[in-house]
Amino acid sequence: MNQMNKKYALLSKSEQDVSQGVDKGKRTFIGGLVGASGLAVAPGVMLYQTASAKPVEQAVSNAVRWGMLVNVNQCAEDCDDCVTACNDEHGLWPKEGSTTDSQWIRKLTVKDPSTGNAKSLPMMCQHCENPPCVDVCPTGASFKREDGIVLVNMHTCIGCRYCMMACPYKARSFVHETLENQLPDSPRGKGCVESCNMCVNKIDAGDNTTACAEACSKAGHEAITFGDLNDPESDISTQLKAHGGNQIRADLGLNTGVRYQGL
Amino acid sequence: MDTLRYGAIEARSPKYWALLIGLGLVAMIGVLSAHHMEVEGHVISGMNNQIVWGMPHVFAVFLIVAASGALNVASIASVFGKTEYKPLGRLSALLAIALLAGGLAVLVLDLGRPDRLIVAMTTYNFKSIFAWNILLYTGFFAIVGFYMWCMMDHAMQKFSKQAGLFAFIWRLVLTTGTGSIFGFLVARSAYDTAMLAPMFIMMSFAIGLAFYIIVMLASYQWSERPIGDLIVNRMRNLLGIFIAAVMYFVAVYHVTNLYATEHHAVEKFLLVDGGIFTQLFWYVQILLGGIVPLALIYAPQTRNCRRSLLAACALVLIGGMAHIYIIIVGGQAFPMEMFPGMEVSSSFFDGEVSAYTPSLWEILLGFGGIAITLLLVTVGVAILDFLPESLADNIVSYKK
Repeated sequence: MNQMNKKYALLSKSEQDVSQGVDKGKRTFIGGLVGASGLAVAPGVMLYQTASAKPVEQAVSNAVRWGMLVNVNQCAEDCDDCVTACNDEHGLWPKEGSTTDSQWIRKLTVKDPSTGNAKSLPMMCQHCENPPCVDVCPTGASFKREDGIVLVNMHTCIGCRYCMMACPYKARSFVHETLENQLPDSPRGKGCVESCNMCVNKIDAGDNTTACAEACSKAGHEAITFGDLNDPESDISTQLKAHGGNQIRADLGLNTGVRYQGL
Repeated sequence: MDTLRYGAIEARSPKYWALLIGLGLVAMIGVLSAHHMEVEGHVISGMNNQIVWGMPHVFAVFLIVAASGALNVASIASVFGKTEYKPLGRLSALLAIALLAGGLAVLVLDLGRPDRLIVAMTTYNFKSIFAWNILLYTGFFAIVGFYMWCMMDHAMQKFSKQAGLFAFIWRLVLTTGTGSIFGFLVARSAYDTAMLAPMFIMMSFAIGLAFYIIVMLASYQWSERPIGDLIVNRMRNLLGIFIAAVMYFVAVYHVTNLYATEHHAVEKFLLVDGGIFTQLFWYVQILLGGIVPLALIYAPQTRNCRRSLLAACALVLIGGMAHIYIIIVGGQAFPMEMFPGMEVSSSFFDGEVSAYTPSLWEILLGFGGIAITLLLVTVGVAILDFLPESLADNIVSYKK
């Protein structure tokens, strides 16, 4: 039923009227029915999603495209819980002021010099649909998963750092030192390049969220929404549809998986 | 004795062995420095997450650019038919291969995982200009090697012209590829221009020829073989033209940027208030690497002086090095324009000019690359007939 509804939604309004020839009353009735059944089924579906991890042998599918939406207006200037959560999740813990330690996510302050208006926002790998890092990687170690997550294959990265030169978001870090106390869920490699992996460990475990989004909710800001950009019913898609969302450096045509509201 | 005869140089003198051992030591120190950087991690280098490519890349690009330029000397004879350059062709091919080997050694040894070189040689992402370059570099070795064979084996000489033409085209593509490593980077203001590819080609002409002249004059001086003014002055004039051409490309690059308002900030950084980069640009690249060598080449007082020519060549190399340093390091030091027109700050140094102090290890690795190049040439000229026994005017003009 839901599938039919999606197909139906793809038709333009005039096409719908001509091809269906249905009267408005009938359409309202069907719409109501779909809505009611959706409401009835949704909690079960949600429960099923959160409870199920993707089996290891099951390939990642492009039916979903994971993304994040950052509502800059809700991002508190003095809060960096997302950064701390990311560091804890992936075992990063950069030293303050270090130019060589990895930072997968950072808080940016963006100030308009003409008005003095300043905003605070998290910046991380934007998980582009057309990622420059993937284009330039000589060995293909930088790659994009079918579900839109941009990753580095730690087995084939030769540490040339060309991806760091190419990334327009300064989102990548090079591991400059021998690593200690690595976390089993987030393997890293000395001499390799790394960046935000959209908590692929959590996604593949069926958590369907990221450490930063979780931490932001926990802090009560709800500034980061994680979800499936391909699903028009997902929270992220409905928010984007209702209020829009900007891409940083949209002029580069990269179609980022991370979008910002309130910039 | 008017005929052109090639012969390996005598490798028995203590001076030769001292040179060989000296170069070997510098090369070894370079390799050990790279090993130290690999064991300790790049944290001991001056490079960081803001300046990701540093001194090793400056040396590597310098040597790779010089490699394709050094081959020009052979191309001038075989492709453009200037027969007075023909006796110089063999050394030109040897130096080209040696320079590329030195440059690639530095590049590879600086990788985060040099032990995975086999991955780079066997797994290609064909959309990457870097991957194209791996093929262009290995192809260069093969093609120039074949060209060398054609020049040195009488039976193969009939293919010499075709091999020379192919090698010339290949070297143009190769330098285009090297320039495009930067030209294709849309994210950074100092790059993202097709101008870089032709500018790199012109830089290779000047740097390669300057390197060639130094090696040639040193080889003839040390092996006590005669070399006449005819060929030296030909090369002197050619170098002058190449220096002027590089300066033309530099001018066009900056003027083009200055025309576009969006690039005013990066131009102001490079030309006016970029600290070390501005100083390197005006004093080293333009004055020492451009104007002074041009004066040394064309001033009537120094026109026929070989020392002046050697000085001009050395200055071209130093200026070229500064030019590449400004492109590679300066291009990264300027803050990335993520939010045009806005002031940006973060714990990751966004919005700030990035600082870079090269470490000793990086510099030693770079000099190691130069030593590898010179070591290959020193050994090469002693075991095979690369150098004509005489480059006196009667020999050079005889071939005409």
